[in-house]
Amino acid sequence: MTTSAEEFDTIRIENVGRRFGGTTALQGFDLTVQRGEFIALLGPSGCGKSTALNCLAGLLPLTDGSIHVGDQRVDVLPPEKRDFGMVFQSYALFPHLTVEKNVAFGLQMRGVSRSETARRVAEALRLVRLEDQAKKLPGQLSGGQQQRVAIARAVVIEPRVVLMDEPLSNLDAKLRLEMRTEIRRLHQTLGLTTVYVTHDQEEALSLADRLVVLRAGRVQQIGTPQELHDNPANWHVADFMGYRNLLEATVSSDADGQGRVRIRADDLELVGTAVNPTAAGETVRLAVRPTDLVVQTSQSAAASPVNTIAADVEIVEYQGRDYAVEVRTTGGRTLHVRSDHAPEVGTKVLLTVDPSRALVYQEDLDTATTVAHDTAVPA
Amino acid sequence: MTASAVGGTKQTRGTASLRHRLADRGIDSQLLLMVPAIVFILALFVYPFAYGFGLTLQPTEDTVDTWGGGILANYVRFFGDAFTVESVWLTARLAIPAALFNVLVSIPLAIKLKPKFRGKQLISTLLVLPITLGTVLTAQGLLIFAGRQGWLNHTLMNLGILDQPLTLVHNYIGVLLSLIISGFPFAFLLISSYLSGIDPSLDRAARALGAGWAQRFLRITLPLLAPGLATTFILTFVLAFSIFPSATLVGDPSGSTRVLAVVAYRFFGEQFDYPMASTVAIMMGLAELAVVAIVLLGRSFLYKGSTGGKG
Repeated sequence: MTTSAEEFDTIRIENVGRRFGGTTALQGFDLTVQRGEFIALLGPSGCGKSTALNCLAGLLPLTDGSIHVGDQRVDVLPPEKRDFGMVFQSYALFPHLTVEKNVAFGLQMRGVSRSETARRVAEALRLVRLEDQAKKLPGQLSGGQQQRVAIARAVVIEPRVVLMDEPLSNLDAKLRLEMRTEIRRLHQTLGLTTVYVTHDQEEALSLADRLVVLRAGRVQQIGTPQELHDNPANWHVADFMGYRNLLEATVSSDADGQGRVRIRADDLELVGTAVNPTAAGETVRLAVRPTDLVVQTSQSAAASPVNTIAADVEIVEYQGRDYAVEVRTTGGRTLHVRSDHAPEVGTKVLLTVDPSRALVYQEDLDTATTVAHDTAVPA
Repeated sequence: MTASAVGGTKQTRGTASLRHRLADRGIDSQLLLMVPAIVFILALFVYPFAYGFGLTLQPTEDTVDTWGGGILANYVRFFGDAFTVESVWLTARLAIPAALFNVLVSIPLAIKLKPKFRGKQLISTLLVLPITLGTVLTAQGLLIFAGRQGWLNHTLMNLGILDQPLTLVHNYIGVLLSLIISGFPFAFLLISSYLSGIDPSLDRAARALGAGWAQRFLRITLPLLAPGLATTFILTFVLAFSIFPSATLVGDPSGSTRVLAVVAYRFFGEQFDYPMASTVAIMMGLAELAVVAIVLLGRSFLYKGSTGGKG
């Protein structure tokens, strides 16, 4: 059954769906993963990302669709025959086996010889820098070490695909950063095809070659970190990509040749860039990153009357290099702003936003997603 | 004054009051809550046990005359008399297979009933229901169902499968059946709860690593479950070892099911030999302890740490 060495070029996930009773957890999931690629499935809890991973692993049977690895159809195989490595959020280390034996488990199941097993286990433990802990039980290790054992256990079998289910979310912030680098390093060293589930966009952006953003069981956008970061396909993806300011607004003029639209939100009159086709009178969402809202000094404000927002400073947080400022517009909307100086709480400030950095999205997510894949923002 | 200098650093006494310092070591007025339990144990266990043990050292004149051994005459008699020694074997012959059977049968059932599914509650309830039947009711049921004139034999004979009725009661089999019926719910409940303490993602991890069901059971589930199995075995064994009513009602109390409890009762109720009855009771306890000690010794070699689940 060890067909792990078997060459394959792509993993094709076609129209995969999964229902639980009456609820649809995942629907119409299409994705082609290139060999050696690092894919991150990103979304809030309940978006179907873990369902997708469990379907890939075979721990959940599919309701629709098929999965092919190269020419082999795998969705009909039980998990133990798929030859995928899996890393769980809870580590799922065998508590009664030493670190060494945990890592050796998959090799023993594959009937690898004793000497070969010992060699590969030692190598895997060296890779995750746990040579000294080989004889310990998992319970004697720290969380980060345990997760490294889990990763070693998954990669030692040289699986066709490594599946990781939120592997870092049980770790504290500092360890999480360290492990992120570790995972990236491992992927660069071994070049294993990886599908990684997370709800942390920073993790996804820093690790993945391509991201898949899911919402309510449906794919919202697939693309490289840069594509998603710069051109989110809808406001849900924008929200995940750090567009913290999402304002409901009404379109007051049709888009011009450059995609510029005039929109109105309460007393604010702004010019933004339409990502989805919009018409006058439609309800839309304006998405702006905190860093794209510029706090004006009193002199410069007069010089640029376009896209100016007057607001009161409510909260100022020091965040190392700059300040995170929360302001309230005269219309009562809360906006998040980054500023390199600390404005006085309670004072009035003027903010400006470049029309190309103010993205205008259709309010309705489900119609917007149909064109999600190839919509490019004319920046 | 009592401050002592350790390695150059001066250790000062805490400034908290004596009451706080005692409370820090767990000595406070809440300890009084233990009084009822202690009184209960002393009055209903320690005293009767000590009294009974004392009785064993006061053999009747008859016993001393026949068996010798002075104050230990009862014990000499216990080991010398085939009537008593044999019954240790007769009891073990019932209790050990019954306990083993219950533990072994409970494992697959508990595993199958671990995941959630429709009807799980109903099946579990049916399996545990016999816990509500007393031994007497079980015995009565067995007599009616499996007796010579019972439904089972009646049906089998009417169907022409048998010419002679099966002898399922008033013998070893009858008592064994009764022990299995009354011990099974305990074993099943205990093993189910031990099993639910095992993190289900371990099984998934093993599957993803290529382990088939037999390998997953033998290498993951069984080792993690083993300490629980040992405990379950001990409990069901102790329950079965002290069997009395069913040994009399569905057994053959003067022959194949002459268990220790029956022997003790005979000495007490028929021969009015209190000291000898106590000796049998003490020896019964010792025999149980011996089996328990062996199982616990074996258990001490097993992994007993966390099993990952929520317990």
